[in-house]
Amino acid sequence: MIELNKENFEEEVLKAEGPVLVDYWGPTCEPCKALMPHIHELAEKYGDKVKFASLDITKARRLAIKQKVLGLPAIIMYKDGEEVERLAESEATAEAVEEMVKKYI
Amino acid sequence: MSDIYDVIIIGGGPAGLAAGLYASRSRLKTLILEKEKMGGQIVTTDEVANYPGSIENASGPSLIKRMVEQAEEFGAEIKLDEIKEVDFEGKIKVLKGSKGEYKAKSVIIATGAQPRKIGCPGEAEFTGRGVSYCATCDAAFFEDMEVFVVGGGDTAVEEGMYLTKFARKVTIIHRRDELRAAKSIQEKAFANEKMHFMWDSVVKEIKGDGIVESMVVENVKTGELTEIVADEEDGTFGIFVFIGFLPNTQLFEGIIDMENGYIVTDQDMKTNIPGVFAAGDVRAKSLRQVVTATGDGAIAAIQAEKYIEENFEE
Repeated sequence: MIELNKENFEEEVLKAEGPVLVDYWGPTCEPCKALMPHIHELAEKYGDKVKFASLDITKARRLAIKQKVLGLPAIIMYKDGEEVERLAESEATAEAVEEMVKKYI
Repeated sequence: MSDIYDVIIIGGGPAGLAAGLYASRSRLKTLILEKEKMGGQIVTTDEVANYPGSIENASGPSLIKRMVEQAEEFGAEIKLDEIKEVDFEGKIKVLKGSKGEYKAKSVIIATGAQPRKIGCPGEAEFTGRGVSYCATCDAAFFEDMEVFVVGGGDTAVEEGMYLTKFARKVTIIHRRDELRAAKSIQEKAFANEKMHFMWDSVVKEIKGDGIVESMVVENVKTGELTEIVADEEDGTFGIFVFIGFLPNTQLFEGIIDMENGYIVTDQDMKTNIPGVFAAGDVRAKSLRQVVTATGDGAIAAIQAEKYIEENFEE
């Protein structure tokens, strides 16, 4: 999984071709930390078809807000740099994320 | 009969973990099933100050971590699976999950509750986009911004106080003209200069373009509507909702006796079905706290043991 930050977000997500999944999380967000291992598993399973990345919002708050993320966890699928689908807060379960990933492979 | 558990506990929050600890310590073959993440609602709490013996600065996650370790140490098995269907008709109870089927001589329901929603237009659309039900998850977004907290109970005021560490201003929107929170919490809140209060008010609508930009608040006494618009520089504000809970009992509708959606038990945590118990926030009771949840869990486990002794011969 790619660790995103203010410097590489544009290059890795907004200018990327094909599907990119971004896991927005924060160190005090327990639901995020519970979900994280599942995202890593999915990255192992589908990483050759979808780019998996994560962004710690405490290090790039303005960037997250610009992406209209104001709540965690938020799992967003981008395609060719555009947001195509998002799972927010309680919707973001391991099962739902896998279903979403399958749609874009 | 080796694949049949003595006790299956549905839910991995404080009630379920306490039940798991007591049941496994009584040498019952015990399984705790949790659908998503261990701990339940308490993991979103930054400070657990009212659980007897909890150490200074104990957080929800740290307390749960110790509870999980303790239950496992006594031999309780923990699996992550969401139960979709239950069959409580036979002597052996059957639970169907998304990953498998489980059988047990007795079942303890500790599925807890989840935050209640405002139910106004825009709330669902802006969840994760300014509307939040978890202060520890989302407080960091609102550093030096404005946030509103909806509710007037212990949780609303305590989470509001937590948010003052990030936001420059926290306004509590409460439908009544006084708080329901404990007096000691109120005193701290009134003494905090970042805390503000909008009395007799309810949120009617939340609006914005992708993120929260404004909301309409109604004064319930005068009927007057006020639109609160985000500071131009901030572009947004937070709305944190803490207006009580809804029990997670949909699975048991028409199967177990309930009252306003909560499972009815006697003082031994017995439901109307022999061998099926309920513990914690899911149960109809007067105080929903970690301390009462763990108490319920312990009683349910001991009663399950008694039930098995009386109804199953080894």
